[in-house]
Amino acid sequence: MIRHPGRRLSRLAALSLLPVAALGVFFVLPVLGMLAQGFWPEGEFDPGGVLEVLARPRVHRVLWFTVWSAAAGTAISVLLGLPAAHVLYRLHLPFRRGVRAALLVPFVLPTVVVGVAFRQLLGTSGPLGFLALDQTAVAIVAGLVFFNVAVVIRVVGTAWESLDPRPAQAAATLGASPWQVFRSVTLPALRPAIVSAASVVFLFCATAFGIVLTLGGVRYATVETEIYLLTTTVFDLQGAAALSVLQLAVVVALLAITQRLRAVPDPTVERPRPTAHRPTRADLPSVLVTLLLLVFVATPVLTLAAGSLRADGAWSLDNYRALGTSGEQQALLVPVSDALVTSLRTAVDATWISLTMGLLVAMIVTRRSLTRAERRLRGALDGFFMLPLGVSAVTLGFGFLITLDQPPLDLRDSPLLVPIAQALVALPLVVRTIVPVLAGVDDRQRQAAASLGATPLRALLTVDLPAVWKPLLAAGGFAFAVSLGEFGATSFLARDEHPTLPVVIYQLLGHPGELNYGMALAGSVVLAGATAVVVLAVDRLRVPSVGAF
Amino acid sequence: MLSLRDLSVAYDGHRVVDEVRLDLPDGEVLAVLGPSGCGKSTLLRAIAGLEVLASGSVAWDGADQVDVPTHKRGFALMFQDGQLFPHLTVGRNVGYALRLRRVPDTAVRVEELLEMVGLGGYADRLPASLSGGERQRVALARSLAVDPRLLLLDEPLSALDKGLRERLAGELREILRTAGTTTLMVTHDHEEAFTVADRLAVMRSGAVVQQGPIDQVWRAPADPETALFLGYARVLVDDAAAVLLAAAGRDPAPAVAIRRSALTVAETGPLTGIVRSSRITPEQVRLEVDVDRLGVVDAVSPLDRHPGPGQQVALVVDQTRLAALGRGGAS
Repeated sequence: MIRHPGRRLSRLAALSLLPVAALGVFFVLPVLGMLAQGFWPEGEFDPGGVLEVLARPRVHRVLWFTVWSAAAGTAISVLLGLPAAHVLYRLHLPFRRGVRAALLVPFVLPTVVVGVAFRQLLGTSGPLGFLALDQTAVAIVAGLVFFNVAVVIRVVGTAWESLDPRPAQAAATLGASPWQVFRSVTLPALRPAIVSAASVVFLFCATAFGIVLTLGGVRYATVETEIYLLTTTVFDLQGAAALSVLQLAVVVALLAITQRLRAVPDPTVERPRPTAHRPTRADLPSVLVTLLLLVFVATPVLTLAAGSLRADGAWSLDNYRALGTSGEQQALLVPVSDALVTSLRTAVDATWISLTMGLLVAMIVTRRSLTRAERRLRGALDGFFMLPLGVSAVTLGFGFLITLDQPPLDLRDSPLLVPIAQALVALPLVVRTIVPVLAGVDDRQRQAAASLGATPLRALLTVDLPAVWKPLLAAGGFAFAVSLGEFGATSFLARDEHPTLPVVIYQLLGHPGELNYGMALAGSVVLAGATAVVVLAVDRLRVPSVGAF
Repeated sequence: MLSLRDLSVAYDGHRVVDEVRLDLPDGEVLAVLGPSGCGKSTLLRAIAGLEVLASGSVAWDGADQVDVPTHKRGFALMFQDGQLFPHLTVGRNVGYALRLRRVPDTAVRVEELLEMVGLGGYADRLPASLSGGERQRVALARSLAVDPRLLLLDEPLSALDKGLRERLAGELREILRTAGTTTLMVTHDHEEAFTVADRLAVMRSGAVVQQGPIDQVWRAPADPETALFLGYARVLVDDAAAVLLAAAGRDPAPAVAIRRSALTVAETGPLTGIVRSSRITPEQVRLEVDVDRLGVVDAVSPLDRHPGPGQQVALVVDQTRLAALGRGGAS
């Protein structure tokens, strides 16, 4: 029986109804609402005002800083990440897996925590205070690299690990030295992965929020922090909307590029997988770079942990004991421990929401298309669901506030508001984890099941479920970790009496008092510990697509 | 001259290549023949320096190569599927090694090499646009461009269909003779080995069981299994072997390997038997004949004579189509 293509399309439409509607209400609507504030300031269309904003000298400075800091962060991440990817995915070394897992942790560490850790390290009284780097551009770029080098290692490393070794061997037998082999064969083969990693990293760097806010002080602002500043402090919605539009345009363009470059290898072709080889003298430089990178990643974290254990000039657990209180001089409305409970609850909700949507999306985009119209539709949906990856969390959070505040969509007091926003932030990561696995399932397996009399649902259970349950679990853990640390959107949406842990940490930093600062450090350690535990557990599942884009 | 001494390669303690000793004089073409999984490709990769040796040595003109990295050995390996670099044009693939050595103006030499493999004018095409046979020719030209001390061919023709394989085997022989390149080729196809090589080494379960000039190995296989692998149809042992060798006028031996065409139907002959089945092929009629004291053996008859099942026939023995064997594993 040949199914009518029209029926397939309508089935596809039915399947995508829920995620499309959800993304429409909770993503497109808020973002449009935010934009409308800027373009229709007094109820009248006024694009001139937006253009005026873009002509301001301060906006030029902010733009320039955003571009160059993101470019520098990306370049350094790639330069450090390439040797590390080689060492961690191609060399036979002790503790290889452990180091790989450890390097994944920074990527999901809450931005606020990283900000605190770097300030602790670089501040006047910190171990590296003599470098006078606190609140400088160097500190911001270092923070960006700290976060994103893991992305490069992960994306390039997995590509490198599954690279067919035979072309490189062919080159070697033709007389190419290891360096010549790398330049002429390996690098061209890795180029898609490198470009894709670099563009994702650039995206993350250019929209970084918490890290710039905590490390940049008053001197440095990126587009993202500027949007925050304009909306919360200056109430210049027109300015904020103008910057949001600009950011959206750049992000969509970058996403289109990465989408094009993200070549999925044909899963039906069996390729020999290279075995890791013992390090030789030629590998020494890359091993050294990797060790350096480990020191670079470990130092802020260790400084943070050490700082949290100091109170009144002595080692003590006072900072941790104080987590049950609301701080010096009533810095907070609720004790930090309450905020931790709120964070965990929120993360659970955000996880199931993003998993449900992510699974539906992954199923929609991976099924084989029979007609060109179908393929275009699936491609468009795929891109649509990736949008939250790069849209400013601040724009999203603020958009929620101004659009979801009147019936029938009055969600301001809904306990699901924060989880939904966080689920949207995690959605692209969930989709990117599941899609390669589902796409890797040979469609002929489903056909074989069907030819043996299995219904579509039965075929799904027989063929897809065994392949996908582990990645699903891993994606869930990843979403949980992202939700725990989410700060950009949450800082707008969390209700004053139910703040999450990152919000509380940021509040503590803004209040004077040694104990408040100590509590911020202790809270950061708790938050970092929780995310690290989740991520390391996820890594035990050994799903290669986790953290790949 | 290539010399392998007690060369072994092990995976997880299991010896895939087991104490291989081989010598290959300059300018000769050696075929390593063996069934799939016998370790012949691993042997080739070990010679190229792509496998870690468990023991033994690879030497060139007496100089040990074990610690020499692949790219400095001057041994060019051509892979089963060519392994052309997909991002480079045919011309840039062939000129790859020349550019590595900073040879000025490679275009002329590249075109020469392409002419030699019959692909003149292909320089600007991309590997993806070539057929399987064309890709293998480009891979061959690329390997020859290095002017290698030793050319290693890993099943160079087995990815191709039968007709093309036969034609290319002949061309390959011509190209190797013209270039005068010392070559070691592994293959599982004995026809291919006979067409291309001067010398033959037969490999089984990781070990070389026989080696020598190709006609010598061919005429005197070391044991029954080797004989069967070289294309002999059956091996007769003990009494049956004695009867057949006597009929051929040869000295007695514990076993004898016979080709399909060793026994021919004639008016009269030393052996007689009952035809069991017969099948016509374009060249001749193929029979299975139940011969007294021999058992069922293969035989042929000219196309004009066509004995049917049940008929009694006389058989003569062509003694150039059988090989006396020492005592080996019975078959």
